[in-house]
Amino acid sequence: MFFNSLLTNFAALEVGQHLYWQIGNIRLHGQVFLTSWILLGALLVFISLGTKKMENDPKGLQNLLEFLWDYIRDLARTQIGEKVYRDWMPFIGTLFLFVFVSNWGGALIPWRLIKLPSGELGAPTADINTTIALALLVSLSYFYAGLSNKGWRYFEYYVHPTPIMLPFKILEDFTKPLSLSFRLFGNILADELVVGVLVFLVPLILPIPVMFLGLFTSAIQALIFATLAAYYIGEAVEEHH
Amino acid sequence: MLAFNFFGATEGGLFDINATLPLMAIQVVALTYILNSLFFKPVGNVVEKREKFVSNNIIEAKNKLSEVKQLEADLLTQLQSARTEAQRIVSEAENESDKLYKEALELANNEANASKEKARLEIESQTSAARDQLSKQADDLSELIVNRLILEK
Repeated sequence: MFFNSLLTNFAALEVGQHLYWQIGNIRLHGQVFLTSWILLGALLVFISLGTKKMENDPKGLQNLLEFLWDYIRDLARTQIGEKVYRDWMPFIGTLFLFVFVSNWGGALIPWRLIKLPSGELGAPTADINTTIALALLVSLSYFYAGLSNKGWRYFEYYVHPTPIMLPFKILEDFTKPLSLSFRLFGNILADELVVGVLVFLVPLILPIPVMFLGLFTSAIQALIFATLAAYYIGEAVEEHH
Repeated sequence: MLAFNFFGATEGGLFDINATLPLMAIQVVALTYILNSLFFKPVGNVVEKREKFVSNNIIEAKNKLSEVKQLEADLLTQLQSARTEAQRIVSEAENESDKLYKEALELANNEANASKEKARLEIESQTSAARDQLSKQADDLSELIVNRLILEK
């Protein structure tokens, strides 16, 4: 049966297999940390090189980093607002860079060439733990942003504009991290699976457009994640009149 | 069994949530601090310094431009006043020369008139003198004629 053979193919792609690290009582997904360390290491090296010798007339890498900085500032400023965007810009920027680097690193580097005893290397964002961690950090951030900016008045947001909104706003606090994490996880995993299946079925040429589509999706997902995080924080610090 | 494994069994699976989650969260928070000190702060300083520099320069240039415009307006009014002054001087000179011309003309006219008058008077006096002489001669002549006539008688 076709469906069965497809599942076997998936099995050949080792979906849902992990490289377990056992530290005392806790178990970790080793492949997620391995790829994230490699990618974040590359990111940090890249940034250190770019910011090593900063000049007033930017040259080379500094130009790119300044463009990136400007892009992130615009994102944070439009979503969070002029007043507090500075406090949250590093967090939004880190989310963007982390998701972007993870997505693109997962799509661009042929991790499959490296054989692991179990599981395989891939985008760290294709693991549900990573995306839930990011989404929960966003939730904590917007609560913290709202409470630190407005104190207890933050909870006025829940009955704004009418108290009828209260159950929906409470529900939103759960759906926000849920949608954030599953959107990112689903998109990146689906992209990896589609490319993996296509490579498995037709190893030549055919996967290339899908790979490009994957790169596009990856960049868009990073932007969406950072924009939504900034939007939630902006919503929490917004003053109602 | 495969499907079961596919969607999160106790061992492995796509939705296998474990200590990876909190550790990844800690890693991202640490990354935020690292990137803040390594990337966002230094780049932000450079970019904002430059933005301030540029905006200061723009303000300065605007001030200078308004200064230039002020100077231009000043010069224009000066030019205007100089022009009216020149016009005034020219018209004054024209009036002056006109006056002088008229005076000279009058003087010449007067002189001419005077000499004409003088000549007329002279002519008149000479005419009257001549007439007197003529009438005197006529008198003499008539006397002579009368005397002669009387003597002949």
